[in-house]
Amino acid sequence: MTSIPAGRLIRFALLSLGALMILAPYIFMISTAGKTQSDIFTSSLSLIPEHFNFAENFAKAFAKVPMATLLWNGVIVCGLIFFFQVLVAIPCAYAMAKLKFRAARLMMVLVMLGLLVPIHATALPLYVAFDRMSLLNSYTSLVAPFTISVFAIFMFLQFFRAMPDDLIHAARLDGMSELGIVARVIVPNAWPAVTAFAIFSVVAHWNDLYWPLIVVSKQAYATPPLGLMYFRAAEAGDDYGALMAATLIITLPLVVAFLFAQKRFVEGITMTGLKG
Amino acid sequence: MSALSLRGLNKAFGGNAVLNGVSLDAEAGEFIALVGPSGCGKSTLLRILAGLDHADSGEIFVGGKDMSAVAAADRNIAMVFQSYALYPHLTAGQNIAVPLAMKRLSRTQRLPLVGSALPGQKEIRAGISRDVREMATVLKIDHLLDRKPGQMSGGQRQRVALARAMVRHPSIFLMDEPLSNLDANLRVHARGEIVELHRRAGVPTLYVTHDQAEALSMADRVAVMIGGNLLQLAAPEAIYNDPAHIEVARFVGQPRINIISALAENGRVDFSGTRLALLEKVANGPVSLGIRPEFVKLSPSGRSGLAGRIERLEFLGSEVIAHCRLDASGDVVIAKLAPHEARDLIAGMPVGILLSPEQAMVFGPEGRRLRTASAAPTRQEPAYV
Repeated sequence: MTSIPAGRLIRFALLSLGALMILAPYIFMISTAGKTQSDIFTSSLSLIPEHFNFAENFAKAFAKVPMATLLWNGVIVCGLIFFFQVLVAIPCAYAMAKLKFRAARLMMVLVMLGLLVPIHATALPLYVAFDRMSLLNSYTSLVAPFTISVFAIFMFLQFFRAMPDDLIHAARLDGMSELGIVARVIVPNAWPAVTAFAIFSVVAHWNDLYWPLIVVSKQAYATPPLGLMYFRAAEAGDDYGALMAATLIITLPLVVAFLFAQKRFVEGITMTGLKG
Repeated sequence: MSALSLRGLNKAFGGNAVLNGVSLDAEAGEFIALVGPSGCGKSTLLRILAGLDHADSGEIFVGGKDMSAVAAADRNIAMVFQSYALYPHLTAGQNIAVPLAMKRLSRTQRLPLVGSALPGQKEIRAGISRDVREMATVLKIDHLLDRKPGQMSGGQRQRVALARAMVRHPSIFLMDEPLSNLDANLRVHARGEIVELHRRAGVPTLYVTHDQAEALSMADRVAVMIGGNLLQLAAPEAIYNDPAHIEVARFVGQPRINIISALAENGRVDFSGTRLALLEKVANGPVSLGIRPEFVKLSPSGRSGLAGRIERLEFLGSEVIAHCRLDASGDVVIAKLAPHEARDLIAGMPVGILLSPEQAMVFGPEGRRLRTASAAPTRQEPAYV
């Protein structure tokens, strides 16, 4: 009788502990965002601020950082990257999953190889190319390298393979072209996969510091993480309270978006068989 | 000119021959059932005909026009799939409207926002929804038009799939086991409905099934395919009573036909005290005799017929199936008896097995039917392929 609740209790405790460990830095960030300078630099470590200083820190963050520009840049860059990734990956994955052509096997190998090459390996040639084209400090240089996502192709490929062939055959007999099939049959039925991929893509590119740091040197094109770095280097110095408040602001959209899309996200992952 | 004509279709998948020179002609308004065990190539044939797959060689003519180079979308061939293949994101009404929209609206008129602003498309759309409603009324699904496939039962989905295929008045109608996902009662009911719809539309129909009862009961002519070969194309009665090949005889008929080995000598087969004279020259050697279970009688006294023993009795209501084993050869012989004939029989008892020699069909060593003088064709001359 009591063994089952006990087992559940242990599991619950373990999961809570794990969650707490992962959330600890974030919680500490929230707490720091509400502390005064003197609170932060005391020798004792306290989670609850002695003097609630949220308002001042947020005001400072908004005053000293062009928060609107940063968030807007983040939205533009992530939105464009996601749009182009889906635009390229869906037809590509459809072709590889459902059409028969000679190079299909070779393309599959190339996709798998593509998954193994990190952005860091290609960063230098890309930088030189953008420099030659005078495209540094532009949305193009921020977006272009990520428009073809092998991960997206791979993920959609797995999803499309599970779609019944008869559905596509029926569409062909109904008079649709291959592009028509993608637009009218594949895309409307691929929402779980698209949502799941949206989270992966947006999280990765919203939080990315590496690539913006390479191609952007002007505030006007700075993405949120890059903007924060400028803020720390130039203005805040050691004003960690304001810095944490700014960080809190730029992480908030993702947290909210995830909480809203959580259910579909999990659905999408289980449907694609990726799991984790 | 036949409505549909297939000439010598060949198809192989990686060295595995799936179709071996299949030829077939369908007349206008004809219902042909393509029947065979799974993996016999019947679905492949349908796919090639629809343009979803390509034959390695051979020709397809629809209404006299060569279709080999025509894309699936332009062949005006409609198909009902085993899985129904309804678009899951569209309602029943939208599903039925898709082929009409693709046919009647231009590319720009189909665009989501721009299209609805173009002149003329309103009338076309109104026409489409009128035709959809009409079709739905014929199939009695007009109350389901706003439901998505996920909210419908199997039978309802099957009707929507039928409606989607029929609404555009195709020149050929293909069905790939459309009833196999329905439960038994519904299946029998749907059989009659499909035949009725076919009669009304008058479109030549090719109906693929592995269920011989479906094929025999629905079709004008039945095509039996086994191992990629079209063995016989004939009326259902001819397929059953006068099979052209031992495989056809084996496949059609429930319970299966009894096959007994015998010897041909000097153009004759001696069997169970009767002499069957062969009408064609055959080398001396082993042949097979086929006798349908309904032509096997059992004599409980054991005094007449071949000596054997009843192994098992199956009571099926209107008939009793007796599985017997011949003492001499060890062959199993199945008898289909009326219940009153089986009253005195019990499993395990010795019986005399009476095979009616005049009903026996002789098949050569390679399976081809050999005509005999006594067993003349029972009905019209069948068409052999």
